[in-house]
Amino acid sequence: MSSLSSSSGDKRDIVALEGVTKRFPGIVANDSIDLSIRPGEVHVLLGENGAGKSTLIGMLSGLQQPDEGRILVDGKPTPITSPRHALALGIGTVFQHMMLVPTLTVVENLLLGGPWWQRPRTEEVVARVAEITRSLGITVKLHAKVSELSLGEQQQVEILRAMLRNSRLLILDESTSMLTPKGIDELGALMRRLVEQGLAIVFITHKLKEAAAFGDRISVLKLGRKVGEIPPERFRALGEQEIISEIVELMFGKQKDDPEAVARQVRAVDAEAAPLLEVTNLTVAPTDDAPGLSSISFDIRPGEILGIAGIDGNGQKQLAEALAGQRAATGGSVRLEGSAIDALNVGGRRQRGLRYLTDDRLGEGTVGTFPVSINFFLKQIGAAPFWRSGVEQRAEIDKRATQLVRDYDVRTPSLKTPVARLSGGNIQKVLLARELAEGAKVVIFNKPTYGLDLANTLASRQRIRDTAARGLAVLLISTDLEELLSMCDRVAVIANGALVGTVENTDDARTKIGRLMIGLAA
Amino acid sequence: MTGLFSEVFLSALLFGAVTAAIPLLLAGLGEQMSEKAGVLNIGIEGMMLAGAYLGFVGAFYSGSLWLGFLAGAAGGVAVALIMALLCVRIGLNQIVIGIALTLGLEGLTALLHHFQFSRSYPRLPAADATVVPLLSDIPVIGPAFFKHHLIVYLAVALVFAMTYLYRRTQLGLNLQAAGDKPAALDVAGIDVIRTRTIAVLTTGALAGLGGAYLANVGAGLFIPFITNGAGFLGIVLAMLARGRPVWVLFGALLFGVCLSLTTAMQVAGINIPTDVIQMLPFLAVMIMLVLFGRRESLPAALGIPYERGAR
Repeated sequence: MSSLSSSSGDKRDIVALEGVTKRFPGIVANDSIDLSIRPGEVHVLLGENGAGKSTLIGMLSGLQQPDEGRILVDGKPTPITSPRHALALGIGTVFQHMMLVPTLTVVENLLLGGPWWQRPRTEEVVARVAEITRSLGITVKLHAKVSELSLGEQQQVEILRAMLRNSRLLILDESTSMLTPKGIDELGALMRRLVEQGLAIVFITHKLKEAAAFGDRISVLKLGRKVGEIPPERFRALGEQEIISEIVELMFGKQKDDPEAVARQVRAVDAEAAPLLEVTNLTVAPTDDAPGLSSISFDIRPGEILGIAGIDGNGQKQLAEALAGQRAATGGSVRLEGSAIDALNVGGRRQRGLRYLTDDRLGEGTVGTFPVSINFFLKQIGAAPFWRSGVEQRAEIDKRATQLVRDYDVRTPSLKTPVARLSGGNIQKVLLARELAEGAKVVIFNKPTYGLDLANTLASRQRIRDTAARGLAVLLISTDLEELLSMCDRVAVIANGALVGTVENTDDARTKIGRLMIGLAA
Repeated sequence: MTGLFSEVFLSALLFGAVTAAIPLLLAGLGEQMSEKAGVLNIGIEGMMLAGAYLGFVGAFYSGSLWLGFLAGAAGGVAVALIMALLCVRIGLNQIVIGIALTLGLEGLTALLHHFQFSRSYPRLPAADATVVPLLSDIPVIGPAFFKHHLIVYLAVALVFAMTYLYRRTQLGLNLQAAGDKPAALDVAGIDVIRTRTIAVLTTGALAGLGGAYLANVGAGLFIPFITNGAGFLGIVLAMLARGRPVWVLFGALLFGVCLSLTTAMQVAGINIPTDVIQMLPFLAVMIMLVLFGRRESLPAALGIPYERGAR
């Protein structure tokens, strides 16, 4: 490869990659990548899961070293040897996977990294946080423990932390996936302000619209290779629609319009049918830092998709867990097919057909070190035909797992691969396969497309539609309004642990939901 | 029976309790720091033995208890260096290495002692007590708590120093992060390996000091296997107390009372098998675990070597 003679060594680059290659056992994560990162530019990295974005970020932030090629900082070849070195070079990263200490409070997490001989400069950090949060338009519970925050709130803390450090280059790895539409726009505006001050930003997103709206330069990665780049000059010359179609062309090699805009097929839900799931006055006591649920009531009929919209951290996770039996309710009742399931535990509810797909895929969803095959049957351990007299039936498990891998298109090197080694999209497929397989009647999806790439997002959404079409009742919890509008029959809005309104998904649903979300009556 | 409750007996019992508690306190505080940083330090029994042996030898030849303590702490650090190298830097299994160190040091110290002193067990002169004015005049309490060697008061002061360290300092935050989410500490620009190494070496110093106290002040001599599980009791204390040094102090005193009772009962001529009384500390452990230990969780990354960038 003649990558070293390529155009990336420009004087204006604060960081440049030249022919960087990184191999892991079995795969080439990055294959001879050239990249130039300049001050005053938002450089968008686009690519599917497994395209090598995370590895690239790992090398820029000092977590991993390239096998070939070199990284130039200010035009000089500089191996980035450690995260501390990266920080010293002015490279700050907001990682896709949370990098906060769950047992410490938010402010303590922000203080991490100070010189050890000093007393933590709490007052100074609190004052700077107040300044930054004002400009970001977010509120942060400084004295709450991180373990009690939702994933979305944790992400906000991470962005805040990156801002607290005086970085010259800010890397945002999937940072918008947990934010509200308003939050994403604010982040976009903030990125604009930052690059105007001369900062360089590397912004990773799966949302083509965000790429087109916020980027100055776009690099597209595919299977570890860089397949194309749209430089700023071209960017300015093209309209948003043209940019999107060009990116889609680069990513998928075939022309289409905004691939996320799938027209919702209005299906007739039998209004006469008895509801599959009836929730009446469900109440959960609040904890110190998480809202409880107050008097939640709704029902879902067979074949219906009910959406739960709302800003992250307003009780969505509590609702899902209370329904699944993972969190004790303090009042109200849940009826499945007409009979109460309040007294049943998690396993009992699952047995009756209530399934829950968690948003915390690696944490509570799967056992990362277990092979893919066992993760399919985590909730059936001990049950025939996969276990007999307490003994694992390897042949039965492998047979069924092979079938599930095929049916759900799980891309895994083998059935024995530990599930944590798969990409996010494939882990989600394992969860889908497990929860939707035999006996499901009511399925709760909590942020089913969070952090997935476009192809996997579309596939997951189609799975959910198919689920409803089979006559199951679906509860779809999401912070992505587009997702809800493209799929749901009705959308309920949650705020502070209470449902503040339910909207039929008709033409004016968007504005009605929007008004409910910001606290106005529909 | 009147003899059992006499003033003299009670203050002797409590005095013995404090003497027995100090090695446990130092070991518990040391172990607590390792565990906070994510290293399960099973080798602490070996570190105490190294401290006891070198502490005794140091005091015996120099004639100074303080030089003995210094030598004991250095002995603990030397063993901790091996632990830090193998378990923190190279990332070998902490439990296996810990057990190996303990067994190895049991044999080594017994062997060295045999070479030097054959079958004789020379004694050190009794340690000088620092008598706290006024307080030591209080009946029972005074002679029990305020007529100890200076290092006893320093060990108790260390409890509060540790509390301050964990609650109020940057190093305290770093240690907790190293145990609960080392990757987060790493990306914050702090070297996880170094943070954990500091914790393990500190553990070594405290355990070594505890061992030296046990030999030089508690017993006044060195015999092979003198620690007799004190290091393991320290692990229990650290587990029970989690992040709170004050709990280590209370736990150590409770164990101290149980251990002291063993001796006191024999002195008082009460006819209970000593084995029964020697079980008291362990019964106490289980009761305390049932009462207070249920809601406690250990650091998430305890026992797991840190490898940067591993998934």
